[in-house]
Amino acid sequence: MSDTVSLLRRLSPQLIALGVILFLIWLVFPAFFTVTFQNGRAYGSLIDVLNRGAPVALLAIGMTVVIATKGIDLSVGAVMAICGAVAASASVSGQPIAVTLALAIGIGVLCGLWNGILVAFLNIQPIIATLILMVAGRGIAQLITEGAILTFDDPALAFVGSGALFGLPFPVVTWIVVALLVTIVLRWSALGMLIEAVGINRRASMLAGINAPVLLIAVYVLSGACASIAGIAIAADIRGADANNAGLWLELDAILAVVVGGTSLLGGRFSIVGSLLGAMIIQAINTGILLSGFPPQFNLIIKAAIVVVILIIQSPEAKTLLTFLKLPRWASLGASKGAEQ
Amino acid sequence: MDDNGILLAKDIVKVFPGSRALDGVNFSLRRGEVHALLGENGAGKSTLIKCLTGAYRRDGGSVILDGETIDPKNPLGAQALGIGTVYQEVNLLPNLSVAENLYLGRQPRRFGLIQAGRMKRDARDLLGKYGLDIDVSASLESYSVAVQQVVAIARAVDLSGKVLILDEPTASLDAREVEMLFDVVRNLKAQGLGIIFITHFIEQVYALSDRITVLRNGRLVATRDAETLPRKELVTLMLGHELQEISKSTRPKAEQFSQPRYRFKNYGKPGVIKPFDLAIRAGEVVGVAGLLGSGRTETAELLFGIRTPDSGSKALIDGSEVALTSPRTAIVRRFGFCPEDRKVDGIIGDLSIRENIVIALQARRGWWKPVSRSEQNAIADKYIKALDIRTTDREKPIRLLSGGNQQKAILARWLATNPEFLILDEPTRGIDVGAHGEIIRLIETLCAQGMSLLVISSELDELVTYSTRVLVLRDRQHVAELTDDEITTAHIVNAIAAREVKQVA
Repeated sequence: MSDTVSLLRRLSPQLIALGVILFLIWLVFPAFFTVTFQNGRAYGSLIDVLNRGAPVALLAIGMTVVIATKGIDLSVGAVMAICGAVAASASVSGQPIAVTLALAIGIGVLCGLWNGILVAFLNIQPIIATLILMVAGRGIAQLITEGAILTFDDPALAFVGSGALFGLPFPVVTWIVVALLVTIVLRWSALGMLIEAVGINRRASMLAGINAPVLLIAVYVLSGACASIAGIAIAADIRGADANNAGLWLELDAILAVVVGGTSLLGGRFSIVGSLLGAMIIQAINTGILLSGFPPQFNLIIKAAIVVVILIIQSPEAKTLLTFLKLPRWASLGASKGAEQ
Repeated sequence: MDDNGILLAKDIVKVFPGSRALDGVNFSLRRGEVHALLGENGAGKSTLIKCLTGAYRRDGGSVILDGETIDPKNPLGAQALGIGTVYQEVNLLPNLSVAENLYLGRQPRRFGLIQAGRMKRDARDLLGKYGLDIDVSASLESYSVAVQQVVAIARAVDLSGKVLILDEPTASLDAREVEMLFDVVRNLKAQGLGIIFITHFIEQVYALSDRITVLRNGRLVATRDAETLPRKELVTLMLGHELQEISKSTRPKAEQFSQPRYRFKNYGKPGVIKPFDLAIRAGEVVGVAGLLGSGRTETAELLFGIRTPDSGSKALIDGSEVALTSPRTAIVRRFGFCPEDRKVDGIIGDLSIRENIVIALQARRGWWKPVSRSEQNAIADKYIKALDIRTTDREKPIRLLSGGNQQKAILARWLATNPEFLILDEPTRGIDVGAHGEIIRLIETLCAQGMSLLVISSELDELVTYSTRVLVLRDRQHVAELTDDEITTAHIVNAIAAREVKQVA
């Protein structure tokens, strides 16, 4: 019971931010919350936010756990491109859907393994280690698609990107299921605590007997797997693998989602729910700007401004200020401030 | 101040929040003298040096250099006045050339351009005076630490020229390099510089110093001529022991134990600690004594698998041979280790007290077998109560606890794993008196329950109280093992101070 309360308190800045943003969108676009059902599937702007935000949400799940270990994974965008290309080319060469998915996810796992080994055994700084695959990965994807956009026509694979399950777009179902699975595994086993320990103090954790190298590899593998699922979803959505543009810059959105979600880049305590809220905040901003009819050239600036405000609200300094202002003597403080001015 | 004096510090006081780091310390330095400054960690050596060089502003007292009262605002100011400092970690720029390092910030210039040729010539001449003939255009990092030290000294002397402070310059040098450095220092001494020499190596103190000043707990203990101060007395001054004969009659005798449970044969690692043999029985407390840097912590790290021993070394546990290659393998064998630096190696700051206590147990069980929350709560509550860890609740982040309570929580972490062999490195350092006594009582209880313990401590009284045997370390080797009636503070001090006897193979 107290755990639920503390979780809500922990997530309150994200929930409030999301609420305010949704409210603002509703002001300029009253039809925002309207959801209609057609052919057993929900349609509407809100559903659109959940659906369009799926790739970043999936990436953010893996990224959260990587960042909890004081690491970072810059390669996820490139891994999306690789895995999308693998899925497309497997489908074109006539593989059944199960083999296609297994191949693509397997390649994502391999990419994560590579990152993990560089970080855990060769002790390369995560930002450099994953930068290698970020650069090389897009090249590998281009080799697989031979430079062109590799299109396929397998309805089963297309369903992964644009189908519907339980009335929701399939990508939405995917990220919710992956998030639930990862959360359950991390929190019902001891993995979550061990990962946080490694992120806070790797040396002390090793002295306490934690197998830090294996844990580090595991989190990068998870990140690679999440990226591969996101890559498949994107390729499936457009029925083709675009090695140049699939997942481009999404690693930055994923990192942003984690940070907006309140997990510190310094490692330690993490919250997957927070990161998912962060991903939805980012997507709500994107969709909101489009719907509100602002000239599109303003989009990036407005997005940046909103993110800055959210981060300021979350910052320890702002929290100190807030508790300070809540003190009963805030009136006299205000008076003295006025005198200074 | 005698005529030959160059630097005089009177009644220096430095106060930090909650402690008096220097309490009325007097210090004097003569021209052409090497003056060793000694004391254990926290004695106030560094604080005194920092007050002299202006890195800290002193809170009281005066510093007189060459007859004039000085008050340097920072180390640069002190340097301009004539006080140069060389630190253990060479504070030069490794990727610049030797010449650039020597003349950084004061390069010879013409029309605003640096005269590289002249700078190199000057650098060669300067280093020539130190008997160093090296390529000055090569980067500093391409030379050994000893050469880097000499370059640092050359720069400091060239810049200041009155007083040279050497802060543990020999910590990472081998014997030949130490000799080379000493020649340089003797040379400077002959030129009339006053030199302050800080080290932990007693042999080197006697090899180089004219006078010795000992600090302890921020106070001046004594300033003596090196020639008339016996080693034994020096160690006594440093450890602050009045040589009372404390020994406990209830302590179990060594021979009443059965066969050793743990045997470490020819255990060692080149450059870390010389090979040693060690056997530990069940229910035995083996104390480890020695000055800082003598290889105490290294011994513990080797036994716990943090450093892997040399290939010839073997560990026998209950008669079977075991390779302790990592803390994990040691923990599987029911070892536990409370490290000396609990902030860096011990606590996991942002995790709660509960999580910090159960983490070693959890790590040994494996991630797929989580200790349930109710079990965690029970374990945490049990040890919070048993060890009297003062906290409002078990969910508080451990970094918010006081040092003594953090130490108890780390102890609890290992006790929760039900260990059979526990290594404690300075378990009572930085702990208030109350907690101190509790931890000693705990050590005795654990030993009575049949656990084997290896306890490293600078507090000789403590070692005498609970040890069944005491190992004495000096200069990275095990030099003595005291048993039964031999365990007195006097014997330990003797063993630490004993002059090295060449062993005939």
